[in-house]
Parts: sequence; C-alpha cells; structure tokens
Amino acid sequence: MAKTIVLVGTRKGAFLLESDGDRRDWQVRGPFCEGWPVYHAVYDATDGSMYAAAASEWHGAGVWRSKDLGETWELSSEGIAYGEDSGLKLSKVATLSAGHGRVLAGAEACGIFESRDGGVTWSLLSTLDGQPHRDQWNDPANQPPGHLGLSAILQHPDEATRFWAIVQGHGAFETTDGGSSWTPRNRGLRADWPLDDPEVGYCVHKLVLGPDRKRMYQQNHCGMHRSDDAGQSWTEITEGLPSDFGFAAAAHPHDADTFYVVPVDPGHGRVMHDGRAAVWRTRDAGSSWQRLDKGLPQRDAHLGVLREGMAIDAYDSPGLYFGTSTGQVFASPDEGESWTEIASYLPAISSVEVAAVA
Amino acid sequence: MADLHLPTTLLPLFGDLPRRLDIEAATVGDAIAQLDERWPGLRDRLCDSGPALRPHIHVYVDRERSGLETPLASGSRVDVIAAISGG
Repeated sequence: MAKTIVLVGTRKGAFLLESDGDRRDWQVRGPFCEGWPVYHAVYDATDGSMYAAAASEWHGAGVWRSKDLGETWELSSEGIAYGEDSGLKLSKVATLSAGHGRVLAGAEACGIFESRDGGVTWSLLSTLDGQPHRDQWNDPANQPPGHLGLSAILQHPDEATRFWAIVQGHGAFETTDGGSSWTPRNRGLRADWPLDDPEVGYCVHKLVLGPDRKRMYQQNHCGMHRSDDAGQSWTEITEGLPSDFGFAAAAHPHDADTFYVVPVDPGHGRVMHDGRAAVWRTRDAGSSWQRLDKGLPQRDAHLGVLREGMAIDAYDSPGLYFGTSTGQVFASPDEGESWTEIASYLPAISSVEVAAVA
Repeated sequence: MADLHLPTTLLPLFGDLPRRLDIEAATVGDAIAQLDERWPGLRDRLCDSGPALRPHIHVYVDRERSGLETPLASGSRVDVIAAISGG
C-alpha cells in the first residue's frame, strides 16, 4: 500500500507527517533543515526528492534538499544570487515548484531560479524584464510587510515550457517558452484601488489548475475568481462565501468544477471568521458554496492559513490537508466532509504539500 | 596564525567543520575565502552579495568589531558571532 506523506514548512524547519493509504493514523517526523524558517517545502514525484525554500536570519537564503524522504538534508544556494549590476538584492527564496526534470525557485527580489541537477546548483532563469510595472515591484517603497516577491510558480503538468508566476501585489504572468517571454494574465480581475495599467496591479494570492488543464481558480486579495480558458480571462465567484479574502486554495484532482478555499477575515487578523474553523467547497465551479466544518473546532479557533497552507492528494476520494499559523494540521480523508487534527503543536505553518509514495 | 571561532549555527551545514580552527590569513575576508575553499558555500552563509558580512553576522578581532577588510595578526583571536536576532 502506498504511503501518504504531508510535507510541512514552518517558521522553525520542515516536518513530515506520514500515514498509510487510509490516511487516518499519522506519525510526525522532524524538525528538519536545522530549524531554518521554511517558506515552502515540496515533493518531486518524478524522483522522490524533497526541497525546502528557506531563509535564515543569520545565514541567508537557500534551498534544502533530501533524496531519502527526509532522513538527510543538504543546503545549497550556489547560483541563487543576482549580479552586482542588477540592482536586485536577494532576501529569500519564497516558493518552489518541481517537475519536468527541474526545480524552479521564486525569490524576493522578484526572480525565478532554476536547478537541473536536483537542487545542487542554480541559475537565474528570469526576472520578468519588460513586463509592465517591472520597475516598480522591486522598489522597497511598494512592498508590504513580509514581502515574498515572486510568491508562487505553477507549472503546467504536460507542457514543460509553460508555467505561471505570481508577482506579489502585481499579478499573474504566463510563459509558454520556458521563461524567455511573459504575458500578464489578469484580465477580468478586480482591484479595489486605482490602476494605471489595466493589465497589472492585482493582488493574486493563490493560483491552481484544474484536471482539465483549462479551468483555473484563484484566491485574490479581492475575491475568488475562476477562469475557463487557462487564465486568459477571469470571472469573480465570491458570492456565497463569508468574505472575499483568503490565501489558500486547492483544486479537486478529478473534477474541474470542485474547488476548495479558506476564507479569512480581510482585516488585520486574517484568521477564520468568528473563531469557527471551516473550509469552503464549490462543486459547481463557484455558482454555490458549502461550508465544511465537521470535526473542525467551532469555538475560539482563530486560525490563519497562508497561501501554500492547503493541499489535496490525488486518491480516488481525495484527501485535503491544511496547516495553520498556530501549528495545527487538519486532514480530511473524504474530500472535506469530515476532519481530524493530525498534528497539534508544530511551529507556525507556512506550507503544506501532500504526496503518495511507494 | 589566527585563532578563529565560528558560530554553532554554522556547524550542521558543513559536515566536518570545527567550532574553532587555526588559520593563516591576511584579513577577515581572506580567512572566510579560505574557509569557503575547504567548505564550499560557507562564504555565502556569512557574507551577502555586497560583498559584506551579512547584517546579523558580527566579527570581532581581538574583541573589536571588525569587517572583511580588517587585518589579522599572528595570534589574533577572531570570533564570528551569529548576532542575537530571530525569535
């Protein structure tokens, strides 16, 4: 029977939660990565490697890698730097994406680095030069607290040269030629602030791709949105949710109309509403929403979930997982119908990923 | 020969890296460059692209706050400190 692993990135290192195929009993291993703050930890299904994007307060940014399911880890930042003439200063590796024989790393200041040797060495792939607002998004005056820069990379599962990148506070961009050229993909999004260019200036939090490779969903600073044409245009689907704000999102692996989000208070708190934990699901592409809270705490539960904080596995009946800013991991083996707490006392959680391993 | 002391946070990253070692170097920067030759990647853990010491890495030569250009004398004690930060 396959083993299910949940890879958790936290403020104090990475952790592994392991279960057999029924996903009900879980063991916690860790901390890994010497307790470095981990922004995003991912699993590469092609060769079983794990990677963790980290930035130490003392020793700078890098990517940890493990080839043996977390038993041993090594760190590299070789090649993860901007040239002295670039005017860019690297503060952190914010996000990772593994697939098609490479690992892509998004960084702050905004750029994408690539490794083709399993995370041993890296090279700069793109800083999205020439895109509208490119000269503004690395200006510290335009950056919010906790700035992640290039906050997410979404690789197309079938097309190796096609992927999307989110520039925090500016929008989503697509490349179809491996990062040589880019196109803004923000048409139809809402911005509750003036825009000087309608193509950019949107705060995309999380982007996911459906199993049909055309349906996309995104949690935005300003609402939930759906695309039926792989991101070329967007339609808002917020109605029915308790707020238009949130970070995490997950797309059902077998049903393009099913999608999950975690709405949170859009103010300073940014925790689940009214102290009652819930994940919300649509089964009709956003026409209606269901609150899923069976087994989740319904009193004094002021839980936050960050942009990489929720994941879904690919079993026939997919399991959902989310990690909180207060260190709990909740899991549902039945598509969100019921939940159990599978880790209770981890450090603040930045990311959750799930994989089935042989 | 300088008497170099490294922070404990560095040791798990580089296998056999000792907490202290003797090193023949003209400056602090030269000492770090030599360490990087023996333990590739170590320089990047102490210095940013300035090139300069990382903001929370402090170096003291004979108890005086120092930088990469600070000269080392025979018998100098060099303390590389991971400053009090984080939480």
